[in-house]
Amino acid sequence: MINHEKIEKNSILLLVLAIIVVSIGGMVEILPLFRMETVIEPVKGIRPYTPLELAGQNIYIRENCAVCHSQQIRSLRDDVTRYGHYSLAAESMYDHPFLWGSKRIGPDLARVGGKYSDAWHVAHLSNPRSVVPESVMPNFSFLMTRGADLVDIADHLRVLRLLGVPYTDDMIANAYNDGISQARADGDAPGLKKRYGDKVNVRDFDGQPNFVSEMDALIAYLQKLGTDVDFTTFDPNMDPRDQLVNPVPEPAPEPAPEKGK
Amino acid sequence: MHFIDWVSNSSGIIVTVIFFTVFLGIAIWAYLPSNKKNLEDQGMIPFKGQEKTAKEKDELSGVETTGHNWDGIKELNKPIPRWWLIVFILAIIYAIGYWVLYPAWPVPHGNSRGELHWNEHKDLAKEESEIAAIQEKNLARIHTSTLQQIQDDKDLYEFAKDGGAAVFKQNCIVCHGSNATGGNGFPNLVDDDWLWGGKLEDIYKTIKVGIRSTSPDTRTSQMPSFGRDGILTPAQIQDVAEFVQKLHLGDKAEITPAYTRGKDIYAANCTVCHGKNGDGNQALGAPRHNDDIWLYGNGDMKSIVDSITNAHAGVMPSWEGRLSDDTIKELAIYVHSLGGGQ
Amino acid sequence: MTSSLNLTSPTYNYKIVRMFTLATLAWAVIGMSMGLFIALQLSFPLLNFEEFFTFGRLRPVHTTGVIFGFAGNALIATSFFVVQRTCRVRLWGEKLAHFVFWGYQAFVIMAVTGYIFGINQSKEYAEPEWYADLWLVVVWVSYLLIFVMTLKKRTEPHIYVANWFYMSFIATIAILHVVNNLAVPVSWHSTKSYSVAAGVQSAMIQWWYGHNAVGFLLTAGFLGMMYYFVPKQANRPIYSYRLSIIHFWSLIFIYIWAGPHHLLYTSLPDWVQTLGMTFSIMLWMPSWGGMLNGIMTLNGAWHKLREDPILQFLIIALAFYGMSTFEGPVLAIKEVNALAHYTDWIIGHVHSGALGWVAFITFGSLYNMIPVLWNRQSMYSIRLISIHLWVATLGIVLYITAMWFAGITHGLMAREYDANGFLVHSFVEIVQAMHPFYVMRALGGVFFLSGMLIMIYNCWKTITDDSLPVRAVGKGTAA
Repeated sequence: MINHEKIEKNSILLLVLAIIVVSIGGMVEILPLFRMETVIEPVKGIRPYTPLELAGQNIYIRENCAVCHSQQIRSLRDDVTRYGHYSLAAESMYDHPFLWGSKRIGPDLARVGGKYSDAWHVAHLSNPRSVVPESVMPNFSFLMTRGADLVDIADHLRVLRLLGVPYTDDMIANAYNDGISQARADGDAPGLKKRYGDKVNVRDFDGQPNFVSEMDALIAYLQKLGTDVDFTTFDPNMDPRDQLVNPVPEPAPEPAPEKGK
Repeated sequence: MHFIDWVSNSSGIIVTVIFFTVFLGIAIWAYLPSNKKNLEDQGMIPFKGQEKTAKEKDELSGVETTGHNWDGIKELNKPIPRWWLIVFILAIIYAIGYWVLYPAWPVPHGNSRGELHWNEHKDLAKEESEIAAIQEKNLARIHTSTLQQIQDDKDLYEFAKDGGAAVFKQNCIVCHGSNATGGNGFPNLVDDDWLWGGKLEDIYKTIKVGIRSTSPDTRTSQMPSFGRDGILTPAQIQDVAEFVQKLHLGDKAEITPAYTRGKDIYAANCTVCHGKNGDGNQALGAPRHNDDIWLYGNGDMKSIVDSITNAHAGVMPSWEGRLSDDTIKELAIYVHSLGGGQ
Repeated sequence: MTSSLNLTSPTYNYKIVRMFTLATLAWAVIGMSMGLFIALQLSFPLLNFEEFFTFGRLRPVHTTGVIFGFAGNALIATSFFVVQRTCRVRLWGEKLAHFVFWGYQAFVIMAVTGYIFGINQSKEYAEPEWYADLWLVVVWVSYLLIFVMTLKKRTEPHIYVANWFYMSFIATIAILHVVNNLAVPVSWHSTKSYSVAAGVQSAMIQWWYGHNAVGFLLTAGFLGMMYYFVPKQANRPIYSYRLSIIHFWSLIFIYIWAGPHHLLYTSLPDWVQTLGMTFSIMLWMPSWGGMLNGIMTLNGAWHKLREDPILQFLIIALAFYGMSTFEGPVLAIKEVNALAHYTDWIIGHVHSGALGWVAFITFGSLYNMIPVLWNRQSMYSIRLISIHLWVATLGIVLYITAMWFAGITHGLMAREYDANGFLVHSFVEIVQAMHPFYVMRALGGVFFLSGMLIMIYNCWKTITDDSLPVRAVGKGTAA
């Protein structure tokens, strides 16, 4: 048995032992998560954010939307009924940092993409009470008049590539133009779609066709959330990314009950 | 650029300047010579041996101290309370039991799965099947019935309305309002006015494919932007707007020169979509003009002029894929029942 | 007893403790006022003012203000006081200690002004961006150095348990802070950075950090404070030396694992969630060890509690500590968490710990320490301490009751199904239902802040009123 007196009389020993003791838990819980990740292919459909969507995400971070809105649907019946398929680990794999949130003062946004029209988002973000009178959300009307921060967006893509997000040279070289093109009719939509896929939403989000505003960026981001994975074809047993949650394939479950209930 | 834009864009510089100014201000204030009494010679450090350090019996508890003395603080050498130890050990046993039964520890190439072979998706499937069990009979009948058949079956109709109401609450009220009475640009579902038809089948289709949505089967139409694209002059727009504003008054409308001119402009430009008498056209989603129901604004000239000048192209998302077909049927039944269902 | 003054004897460095004490009081007012304001914003959303004073921008001003500003300064102040007095030696590092003071305030100011302008990493309790984070590392390592070096030159061979807690708090916070804030800035002159970790890994690291910021900054550090000021105020020995050993090591070991209880039912792997839940439950007794040792120190001296409001603050703090460290493991149980997560129950839990334990133990400790630092016989008014206690306790009770109601209402409404198996409530209805509780909570905050202002007044009079009697000197170690 350790002679505690010895530890109490030696400050450095006490310090070192304390550091060792507090390091164990973190290492056991954190390190394996990186290991498993490198072994697995991404879920079909997951793609990095386009430059405009990334600018929108940065606005989301700046305004700290995550303190009221979660972006993580739990494997709980009422979460799934209310918000859609539970969130997959892969769906936030390009979020540096994660934005799962920890409080629902407002509803979960994990699958808000495509759920409401752009015009609704403009009205809601400008004055939430104009569409939901009971809302406690602040107004963000200034987003309409502020230009989206795209000037150095290529640098952002470069840093993210350094951190493992698969941006190509082509994407980085065209980052600024892609950012503008996503919200302007006179942009290079085909080029943008070639780089990021056909599902990318290319349109004037905020009703100001010749001006790429912060509102455009934020709505572009919101309209993407939760839309990557096609859940009509998604099969949790076949999807290797879901190995993070189901480490060994299970026998096929009964057909899932009706969605949206 | 707006001042606020400049502030926001330069936030880094502004923050630095503010910080340094405040910081410098506090630092200067703190170090200004003051005439406060010098408190430095208080707080004498005791001599070595000034504090008694030897084991002694504490009078009140009857227990010995450890013999140390830190600034007058001593420690009793009491044993650890037994109940504390027992509860602690019980908690550890509980934890170990849990690790045996459930996924718990990382191992090479994965993690321990636990004896119960449990995972949270199994639990979810189980919970969902409980609800499914309650609903399965009715859902199966909805699945194989047409909308009309559902409406004709009293119990199934109630079930479908209940389901539709619940789903409406989760998905529709933020646009269409808690009472489904709509808002600016979002149709009122309780009245008799339907843009794309109010029969059960029409409502079902609208929910399923949306309006100007991203679905390949979406309902769509496009009103020309008469002002923005220079088809009509601003004066002409004012005239036809006045006509449209008064159209629902019928014979009681006050005839003005503008009204008369507007009537002609209307006949030449608008009836092709909005119908001869402003009846609307549900195949095109062209609103009826001969009623006092307004999608944008409330019949005020400004809103009508804006609608003609810029043209609206309202979007309703398509719900196919996000909601199951049976759910969309339920929703159609519910919306139809709200009033004015055709 | 040797007699009175020997002017060649070295003195403790009280000046630095005084500075940190003043900073503690200043940030308490700033952080708590901001908390009240954002609570009012949730009750009355028209109190959000574009664009700099919206809830999202101001919330971290509150959290950083109270955690780093109030609690952090309280810990540095008392740790410097306690380490000197229990080691019977003057603080190591005269100039460095001043650097730590100014550097630390600079960090908090940088962070807080940044948030208003939107400079924010959106990681809870780690919102400051990379440049502020780097600065804190420099300041914090200096703090650790001062503390350890002071311990090293102690004249009492055994290290008192309070210092074990203080030292492990300082060291662990350094590790947590560095790992959680690993990020790459967009450029050397940009305030924006991207975290090294993403998605699931980012979630795990954030809540390893977040939970242990609570565990080490708000718990272990304040246990250190408690271990000095409770026996000092009660003038009784610590209840059980052996208990302090076991609960210290088990606490600092087990606490670290509890992080995943913030992520139950998410896409974090099942096995990590299990570890988080089970270790949270095992944490119960180690936490209560501290409560026991503190409260039972009054064994044989319970009568002192009747007359002494400072002791009342300390013991009530320990009672809230016990309550929160029981509520915590309960909330970590998956089935309970399924209802409570994302709701105001969690906020209630946070504040019963933050107001009940952290703030109250600090108030009691400062009321004990301030007369020593400013050479007064006692605080200006004992009666005002008592009023502070009652007003603040009322505030806490209102706050946590409101949040319990709100959280449980939210959780129950969210999962209510009707007879046909359909969800009954929309999310909007839940928001509506929260309103009266948000107002009640804001009222609780008004009371708590009022108590704080009473304390400020009492402290200000104690410090500035030179007609107050000075401490009796030459009494050896009696503080």
